[in-house]
Amino acid sequence: MRKFPWKQKKMNLNKMQPATEPILGVNSLCKSFLGVKALNDIHFELNKGEVHALLGENGAGKSTFMKILIGLLKADSGSIYFKGEPIENLDVHAIIQKGISMIHQEILMIPELSVAQNIFLAKEVNRAFFIDEQVINQKTETLLRSMGIDIEVSEKAKNLSIAQLQLVEIAKAVSNEAKVIIMDEPSSALSELEVELLFKIIADLKSKGVSIIYISHKMDEIFQIADRITILRDGKYIATKNTKDLDKSGLISLMVGREIKELFTAKELPESEVILKVENLNKKGRFSNINFEVHSGEVLGIAGLMGAGRTEIARAIYGLDNFDSGEIRLKGKKISIKSPKDAIAEGIGYVSEDRKGLGFIPELSVKQNISLSSISAYSKAFLIDKKEEQKAVKQIAEELQIKASNLNKKVKYLSGGNQQKVVIARVLLAKPALVILDEPSRGIDIGAKHEIYKLIRQLTEKGLAVLLISSELPEILGMSDRIVVLSKGKQKITLTQKEASQEKIMHYALH
Amino acid sequence: MRYINKLRHYGIFIVFLAICINLSLISPQFLTISNWTIIITQVSINALLAFGVTFVIITGGIDLSLGSIVAVSGVTAAMLAHPNTYPLIVPILAALFAGLLIGAFNGFMITKSKIAPFIVTLGTMTIGRGLALILSDGRPVSNLSDSFVFIGSGKLLGLPILILILVIMFIICSVILNKTTLGRYIYALGGNEQAARASGIMVTRVKMMVYSISGVLAGLAGILLTSRITTGQPNAGAGFELDAIAAVVIGGTSTSGGKGSIGGTMIGVLLIGVINNSLDLLNVSSYYQQVVMGLIIIGAVVLDSLNQKSNY
Repeated sequence: MRKFPWKQKKMNLNKMQPATEPILGVNSLCKSFLGVKALNDIHFELNKGEVHALLGENGAGKSTFMKILIGLLKADSGSIYFKGEPIENLDVHAIIQKGISMIHQEILMIPELSVAQNIFLAKEVNRAFFIDEQVINQKTETLLRSMGIDIEVSEKAKNLSIAQLQLVEIAKAVSNEAKVIIMDEPSSALSELEVELLFKIIADLKSKGVSIIYISHKMDEIFQIADRITILRDGKYIATKNTKDLDKSGLISLMVGREIKELFTAKELPESEVILKVENLNKKGRFSNINFEVHSGEVLGIAGLMGAGRTEIARAIYGLDNFDSGEIRLKGKKISIKSPKDAIAEGIGYVSEDRKGLGFIPELSVKQNISLSSISAYSKAFLIDKKEEQKAVKQIAEELQIKASNLNKKVKYLSGGNQQKVVIARVLLAKPALVILDEPSRGIDIGAKHEIYKLIRQLTEKGLAVLLISSELPEILGMSDRIVVLSKGKQKITLTQKEASQEKIMHYALH
Repeated sequence: MRYINKLRHYGIFIVFLAICINLSLISPQFLTISNWTIIITQVSINALLAFGVTFVIITGGIDLSLGSIVAVSGVTAAMLAHPNTYPLIVPILAALFAGLLIGAFNGFMITKSKIAPFIVTLGTMTIGRGLALILSDGRPVSNLSDSFVFIGSGKLLGLPILILILVIMFIICSVILNKTTLGRYIYALGGNEQAARASGIMVTRVKMMVYSISGVLAGLAGILLTSRITTGQPNAGAGFELDAIAAVVIGGTSTSGGKGSIGGTMIGVLLIGVINNSLDLLNVSSYYQQVVMGLIIIGAVVLDSLNQKSNY
């Protein structure tokens, strides 16, 4: 993953001609959960060698639709044809055999097995009852090289980065001779350079006649690679358009049913009290000599590629990991944080990039999740004062426009955007002076993104200090008052909003 | 009424009611107060163990040392409960403390060494059994004071003391799980340990607490058992942990953590009690009883997973 020879050449995939005969056709698909219509009369068509983007806000029904396509869920009514054959009653295994594979947002790899073993899982090459590891390794090696992926085939999956795992997943789909590959937010965990590699792989697949269903929230990517775009909204089919006939604002208005003028609203702020001061923070192999301060009412952006040490620094400040040396000061006072509990008590909040892993408890209700970090404030003699809890949660939930019809709903049933708001509500309810937002808009729809940007502005107006970590350069540029650029664990430069540009940030991030 | 509603998502509660109605039709003895007194008295010790291990299982852990804690605390209590030696409170406190000590040891090892709870408590299961044999020199400890024996056989306000203790513990455990911060943390920890830690919960402290609670309740069960059988048996309680875990699982608590309730566990305990009782009433051999019990455990989990799917 170090060489990027294709980087120089910008790709234009839109020119390629799709074949006329659809390989996959979906008619009048409906699905309800507990009487609520999740999908209502969905139509979809996929041509051979086509990249077809599927777009919609969270809760629009994309995931349900894809789960039905690959046989994880059964539709209530409607038909799905693959190469002219009905497949709506097949199970996952049979559908993979037919040639439809999905790259899930959550990577499904066996951590203790090697890359090669994972790719050949359940289709091992045997020699007299024993697995022929050599053949598997060779085949994997050939496969990965042909796709331009530079990963050691004998490396265990647990040692790979999320980006690498994602590439291995795609290789696995290719090795299954998939005719249709569904990619669910494939770029959400990738740095800009890795996205370039992904796009090259997609172009290769396309030229070999493989069709791709591409689910993403990132407009730029969709305009770059998609031939056609199908839009869903609230479980309904809205439209299918040729990419070249659409522009950004037209697409957004199809998705949300209304016009969104401006997503970013950054502004300059006067100097104010220093909330967080990080001095000479070091952790061997992760980051070294990190120095920065965040002022009251300021958004300090942290930019860098995957593995630059952004999340590691955030985790160290929040007490999730320890660090080797350095000082952290909050409002001038030196603090020693040994656990997230200490961090919260000092007034630091953290919204993790890993929402499912570190953000919320799926089995607890919206209310119980929101109050989790500050529940002792609503308790007397160990007993929770449920009225006080309800009152506090309700207020913050309203402020954040959390769309859970009922605060007692389990968080696992909410859409990604609403889950993220629940996590932010939990962090804010503990009344922090500094909030670390790590990829706050990852995997959430435009509408919710916009609300989160607005919220960040509101919070800074109230004097909160925000540390914003993001892989999306427009987001970092639009929201941050100043930007620290990291590369390989080192702090390269701190740019003011005026100085910063995408090119400058990339220059230092790659340096 | 709210409680009944809560129990409704346990399909097992309906199964339990159906079995009770059926049995009352088959056997007129079944619905009598005296029969129910017998059932509840019989299940009370398993119930205490099951309450304790419910806390542990909701956090995603397991406690296999319960039976051995029953033996250690039982023997400890018996040795201090000879007539005309110490006041009644001494053997009781000593036995509870013994249970607390082993439970806290479990919690300490699990949190500090990061060894799986299954392994740690498997170890303390054997250690505990050994300690009970060492303390008693391998012999039953008999000659207990009348006041100590009264706990297991006497009545207060017309109710057997065993049942009173069971009711009090049921209420205390329900309150801890539903109304305290500790209870909230237990569910959070079992639902997603990493997120719980990131939310500011002291994960190690909560784990220490649940294993300690489990230990103390097993200590209490040891006292009651010793008092009922009027001897401290170093071999007592073998296999009790499995009955307790079975009751918890039947009651709808997920072994992967994050879900469960004391009410569900109580239903599980009663279901086991009722089945054993009715098979006795119907003169079914105890060999068959074991087969039936095993089928019920598996059936309950299947029922629960079907319920899950239909909820999705």
